[in-house]
Amino acid sequence: MFTNRARGRALAGATIATLTVFSLAACGNKSDDGGPSAATSSCVDTSGDTIKLGFLNSTSGAMSISEQTVRDSLGLAMEEINADGGILGKQIEAVEEDGASDPAIFAEKMEKLLTGDCVAAVFGGWTSASRKAMLPVVEANNGLLFYPVQYEGLEASENIYYTGATTNQQIIPAMDFLASEGVETLFLAGSDYVFPRTANKIIKQYAAELGIEIVGEEYVPLDDDDWTTQVAKIVKAKPDFVFNTINGSSNVGFIKAYYEQGLTAETTPIISVSIAEEEAPAMGHSVTGQYAAWNYFQSVDTPANAAFIEAFQSKYGANRPTSDPMEAAYTSLYLYKAIVEKAGSFDVDEVNAASDGVSFEAPEGTVTIDGDNHHIAKTALIGQINEDNQFDVVWSSETPIEPDPFLEGYAWWDPAAE
Amino acid sequence: MDAFTTPFLAGTATGALLLIAALGLTLTFGQMGVINMAHGEFLMVGAYTAYVTQQVVTSVDLSILVALPVAFLVAGSLGLLLEATVISFMYRRPLDTLLVTVGVSLVLQQLAKDVFGAQGDPVQAPGWLVGTIPVFGYNWPYRQIFTVALALSSLACLAALLRYSAFGRRIRATVQNRDLAETLGIATRRVDRLTFFIGSGLAGIGGVAVSLISGTNPGLGRTYIISAFLVVVAGGLGQLKGTVIAAFTVGIATAFFADWTSASMAQVATFALVVVFLQLRPQGLFTVRTRGLA
Repeated sequence: MFTNRARGRALAGATIATLTVFSLAACGNKSDDGGPSAATSSCVDTSGDTIKLGFLNSTSGAMSISEQTVRDSLGLAMEEINADGGILGKQIEAVEEDGASDPAIFAEKMEKLLTGDCVAAVFGGWTSASRKAMLPVVEANNGLLFYPVQYEGLEASENIYYTGATTNQQIIPAMDFLASEGVETLFLAGSDYVFPRTANKIIKQYAAELGIEIVGEEYVPLDDDDWTTQVAKIVKAKPDFVFNTINGSSNVGFIKAYYEQGLTAETTPIISVSIAEEEAPAMGHSVTGQYAAWNYFQSVDTPANAAFIEAFQSKYGANRPTSDPMEAAYTSLYLYKAIVEKAGSFDVDEVNAASDGVSFEAPEGTVTIDGDNHHIAKTALIGQINEDNQFDVVWSSETPIEPDPFLEGYAWWDPAAE
Repeated sequence: MDAFTTPFLAGTATGALLLIAALGLTLTFGQMGVINMAHGEFLMVGAYTAYVTQQVVTSVDLSILVALPVAFLVAGSLGLLLEATVISFMYRRPLDTLLVTVGVSLVLQQLAKDVFGAQGDPVQAPGWLVGTIPVFGYNWPYRQIFTVALALSSLACLAALLRYSAFGRRIRATVQNRDLAETLGIATRRVDRLTFFIGSGLAGIGGVAVSLISGTNPGLGRTYIISAFLVVVAGGLGQLKGTVIAAFTVGIATAFFADWTSASMAQVATFALVVVFLQLRPQGLFTVRTRGLA
């Protein structure tokens, strides 16, 4: 039997071991941008009247909250395309895999989809860690990945199409909006991982250019709900605006602590880049009046969006909201169809050769692929959250913004600084 | 002044939450040698109980008060079920219980996702908990004061139960020396079950308090379980006194570190502090003294 002393040691050891496992899982992404290696011969079977595509999203684990919504909208796009005759006359046959919220599993499943199932293209991924883990696999096998989430930019792979926004289509327009509102002081609050850290680096450099002063910068680990101490710092700093790059459920704790300390959209408004239609209801009325920067809102008034919402809700339930990543995923399948039909082939190299300039009337508006960096031109929008936890569009870039993942067109950007 | 009061008072509230979570753990680990990694999920169950209660009892002012005893019963019963179906088969094998309960915690999280949806649900704070009171330059939210009061009253009830009731005496006897307690005619298995019920129920109450911070979400338990274990180990096993001091120390120290540096660094610093402390005092702050029969 354990003595108390030995028991204490066993527990301390076990706790630390468990923690180590947790933290290893959290940062288990390797970035290996070795560039595309020699293309292996493709095993994709295009002889039949169906074509296999891979859907790789987390349907279990922490990220399944978000990624299941993407899986659902991919399912809708597939159903619509199949009903309309398929791609190049072939019906889509989806091979669905679970990334299990673990970058290593994303890489493993990507390999299985490309070399085992021989799919023509894969749709999915959410976290940057999952994308970074899939990147070397998809490049080594000369496959295709359509990635549907806004991200921190500074990446372009021949084998990945990025249908969410890069920084110059979300973060930079958000800063332009703040400048147009006459904001002079800004506080940065984010989750502690790659996206907020990179976004804030860009924000700080652009703020210096715009003459906006950064009066504070705070990070809290992902999944940490207690923001009291950090919000107290915001109270003290009295900024004109708060730039929020917090992700996941941590946002609820932040917004509640914010509201509790008497900060409101009138006194100190917040602009967020990850609160959307899915997330807002969990924050109730304490988030009303705050802002968010995206490229799509459910409230966007286009015929394509009305059709998208109606189709989605009749398939999955009338209470289901539609959000930016869902729309980007839906759009990605249609874009793939358009490129393949322009190329007249499912071959990756021929698809890449044909992709430049392919455009689609998406729910968010017209989007067009840039063949050089594989991102798409999108219109930037700022929405304000109303009583129904929907977004009223208060600002727009009016025209689609050309993607610039490495911010080469911005003289103030210095990636080496800091 | 507020450079001191803000982290101190905010940290006290965090410490209070840790205390409620750790009370149950220290009971079950101290007495049964069970490392229950699913304890955090009892917090989650408590939070969802608060949410469901709010749907049934529409008066927001009342529903939280109703939710407290209900959460205690729901989480407690779930704990009882876990004890009877899984844990009772692996007493005195702490590392096995660790692995199995990690699995149980994943199952419970997925269950919550399937029943309530992957997105969290909001829990509205009652009117009498909305607002703040200025204390030396810090607007102390009523919600945090309520959390501290809740933790202290849970502690008082538990301490009184352990000290003055016959059941409490049996628990203490079982913790100190199970074999001897059995030879004296104490039905230790029944004591175990009741201890597990109370420990899990306390976590349910903690969950109601957590739901006021962040609403509900299926992964809510993960945030607290590691810190709660830290508190139990640092405080010394089966010792309320040590748990109380450790909970508030960890809560307040983390808040000060977060104020001076960043929230991520604060977690590292608190961990380092506890690791160094355990090097110097591996048995924790206090320990049950026996004649070395165990």
